[in-house]
Amino acid sequence: MSAHADNHAHDDDHGHHHKETFVTKYIFSQDHKMIAKQYLVTGTIMGVIGVLMSMMFRLQIAWPEEPNVLFEALLGKWAPDGVMDADIYLALVTIHGTIMVFFVLTAGLSGTFSNLLIPLQIGARDMASGFLNMVSYWLFFVSCIIMVSSLFVEAGPAAAGWTIYPPLSALPMAQGGSGMGMTLWLVSMAIFIASSLLGSLNYVVTVINLRTKGMSMTRLPLTIWAFFVTAIIGIISFPVLLSAALLLIMDRSFGTSFFLSDIFIQGEVLHYQGGSPVLFEHLFWFLGHPEVYIVILPAMGLVSEIMASNSRKPIFGYRAMIASILAIAFLSTIVWGHHMFVSGMNPFLGSVFTFTTLLIAIPSAVKAFNWITTLWKGNLQMNPAMLFSIGFVSTFITGGLTGIILGDSALDINVHDTYFVVAHFHLVMGISALYGMFAGIYHWFPKMFGRMLNKNLGYIHFWITAVCAYGVFFPMHFIGMAGLPRRYYTNSNFPLFDDLANVNVVITIFALVGGVVQIVYLYNFFVSIFFGKKATQNPWKSTTLEWTTPVEHIHGNWPGEIPHVFRWAYDYSKPGHDVDFVPQNIPLKEGEEELQH
Amino acid sequence: MTALLTIIVLVFILIAIWQMVKIFDLAQAKNENTTAGVATDKDNTLNGYLMMGFLAFIYIITIVSFVKWGDLPLMSNSASEHGPTIDNLMVISMVIIFIVQTITQFLLHYFAYKYKGEKGKKALFFADNNKLEAIWTIIPVIVLAGLIIYGLSTWINIMGVDESDDPLVVELYAQQFNWKARYAGADNTLGKANVRLIDIDRANILGLDESDPNAQDDVITTELHLPVGRPVLFKMRSQDVLHSAYMPHFRAQMNCVPGMITQFGFTPTVTTADMRQTPQMVEKVLNINNIRVENSKKLIAKGEDALERYEFDYLLLCNKICGKSHYNMQMKIVVETQEEYDAWIAEQKEFKNSLVN
Repeated sequence: MSAHADNHAHDDDHGHHHKETFVTKYIFSQDHKMIAKQYLVTGTIMGVIGVLMSMMFRLQIAWPEEPNVLFEALLGKWAPDGVMDADIYLALVTIHGTIMVFFVLTAGLSGTFSNLLIPLQIGARDMASGFLNMVSYWLFFVSCIIMVSSLFVEAGPAAAGWTIYPPLSALPMAQGGSGMGMTLWLVSMAIFIASSLLGSLNYVVTVINLRTKGMSMTRLPLTIWAFFVTAIIGIISFPVLLSAALLLIMDRSFGTSFFLSDIFIQGEVLHYQGGSPVLFEHLFWFLGHPEVYIVILPAMGLVSEIMASNSRKPIFGYRAMIASILAIAFLSTIVWGHHMFVSGMNPFLGSVFTFTTLLIAIPSAVKAFNWITTLWKGNLQMNPAMLFSIGFVSTFITGGLTGIILGDSALDINVHDTYFVVAHFHLVMGISALYGMFAGIYHWFPKMFGRMLNKNLGYIHFWITAVCAYGVFFPMHFIGMAGLPRRYYTNSNFPLFDDLANVNVVITIFALVGGVVQIVYLYNFFVSIFFGKKATQNPWKSTTLEWTTPVEHIHGNWPGEIPHVFRWAYDYSKPGHDVDFVPQNIPLKEGEEELQH
Repeated sequence: MTALLTIIVLVFILIAIWQMVKIFDLAQAKNENTTAGVATDKDNTLNGYLMMGFLAFIYIITIVSFVKWGDLPLMSNSASEHGPTIDNLMVISMVIIFIVQTITQFLLHYFAYKYKGEKGKKALFFADNNKLEAIWTIIPVIVLAGLIIYGLSTWINIMGVDESDDPLVVELYAQQFNWKARYAGADNTLGKANVRLIDIDRANILGLDESDPNAQDDVITTELHLPVGRPVLFKMRSQDVLHSAYMPHFRAQMNCVPGMITQFGFTPTVTTADMRQTPQMVEKVLNINNIRVENSKKLIAKGEDALERYEFDYLLLCNKICGKSHYNMQMKIVVETQEEYDAWIAEQKEFKNSLVN
């Protein structure tokens, strides 16, 4: 930790050592709590854009080629007479995927909670490098701006799917969106990756070096374990996507042939020779698959913590939970080929990837069973955060189970790239991670803003969202099994699928209701920042260190000395204590055994 | 105007939420003296019951989905030799999923209901149990081992092409946004080809090597005809971007990759004519035509043409995003008897006769 931060807290109990201007406090802040809030607000704005897009293409799928005032208002020239254009449909799907996966569920989720909780829960005054942390956020911000600005490009934003497989993404003549739109996409992602790497390095270094006295690795809350391992996976896999993006930029702009070969398009033969699109797929999914764990692991960490606290019980099988995080992280880096069973790669490789992929089900099953057992004989406090955590386990199981179909190469032949896949990954990583994020926001909102979110609005938000999430994605499995491919602008050219049209209408109605109900959440979030009921120091009666800091944020987090840690994070309802929680900074009683599992 | 209306609607929604919050606050002011924003016993009870309600909702949506959409012909009417093995594995996997889903969702939601919090209650300090954890590690290991072994043997059987079967060699050629098929002719060997040899003026649209003797008798068509019962080995090529040759009725799919040749083989087992006669297909087609009649009525009311009657055909669909008209990149597949196939192929022009000089 920097000497500056240490002195600072000792010198001054009120945390106003030197004059802070508006700019250093709210904009170019190096304080991890402020950066966390910046990530959250930016991620929320990006999330609104991403969800709006999904509602637009769901309208198109349910009522294909019908004019809609919403399209006319939002899409302009891309919706002549209010009818959505096929190019913009693909662009909406592409940008929706990109925004939700990277900008909301990676940066918005990890960026918010790693920044907020790592220093607070391990007992550090701030991140190892506050400056890098600030740079990380501002790079993220710049990448957001570039991604959003790509929506206004003349020939349209990137539209090759969020996986941007070349040659489609490499050749402007193949698709309007592969011109300037794709250039901006690639530049935005390159900057995003730089931001993510700076953040991840900071998280890893902070967890390793800045833990307070007594905070051994086996006393860390599971949140920190999840963020720590997530950051490591990010450091391992994100650079590979960066190289893929750079090579693609070379192919696009400088005439190299890394991914392209033997192409005849629009009446002419292109010069490319010897490259392979399959190479791009390998590079992309070498990040792409770990990416889904980068998204889901932090959510798992948050849910573990919230479940224990609200069940008033220790998390069941703490060490098994850590082991399964590590197992998932390890396996996540050797399963990417399951996205490529029918890509033309050697079928033997397909066998290997089937084997490694199905293995992931084992640590995942352990986690699911441990969460369920955590509830058993608990004293469940049904706060909104707890509801979202239970919802997380529910959608994680439902979505995860269909993974044993998609991970099985023989079965994947027939459901690959159909709506079955869309249903699977939205439940297991999209909705689940979103639930994890909501759970985290409801739980740590008092820590972030010193005020409480309105719980009744939280209940409305959860229950309608929960019903809609199943209503959208459960029937989707069945239209996938009927052979309906994803990314079709309309299915009306296939009478074969006419009997699925009504299912798509049902799905869209659930999607619209689910989307609109998020307004309740947004209202709750933004109004509560200013007018919410004042929070107490430890509203949920949790054991972790962040609840020992004052409600008012101060630089350096603790006014006096950093608390020392004497026990693990899960001493809830421990026999021999009067209260049902014993914070980590309370020394063991005489004769008390430290239970660690 | 639209923008204004949207803003007004939004404002109304926000006001409605604000009013709702006030009502909640008034309703709770009397009996709530604990910290604001934290669940009370009343909240715990209510949400506990809702958890059971939600469990019922999950079960209902599962049952409704299976009853209404679970028996789509595409899931059970495979038309290739390896199809039933995939369907069988699919059914086994679905049964396992169904059992695990039903049990775990029950436990999760039932516990959430059963152990809902009450003031003064103390939770059980139960942090670990190695035996339990061993059980739920070992059970998935056993189940997955079975699935992996079954799945891999199926996969290897499907993907391994047995050249000794003398398969009919057919090239599937993809371009934005249509498919072509190329038959190898009497020698059953495809002529060499590369997109660099494409000569539109000479109508050499697939870039065949005109000097290659094997290419002379190749036949290029826009429909895919397959003789029933004979193994087919498809060689896939693409001239521009990635495409995927998806033949769902045959449980077959392979990407078409520019710069390389990919392959997939299967044996069609049911002719188009026979498939149209199966009770499931008759029912499906009837249902689709009823839907089309309804839709036609609406179209006619708008002054547009009615939809054509639908008759079942096997299809080859593009299943890898390939650009603007991806959604309409298809080719009809006809499975027929050997005699019908022979008659059809004899009518087609050989490559050497199709060139324009």
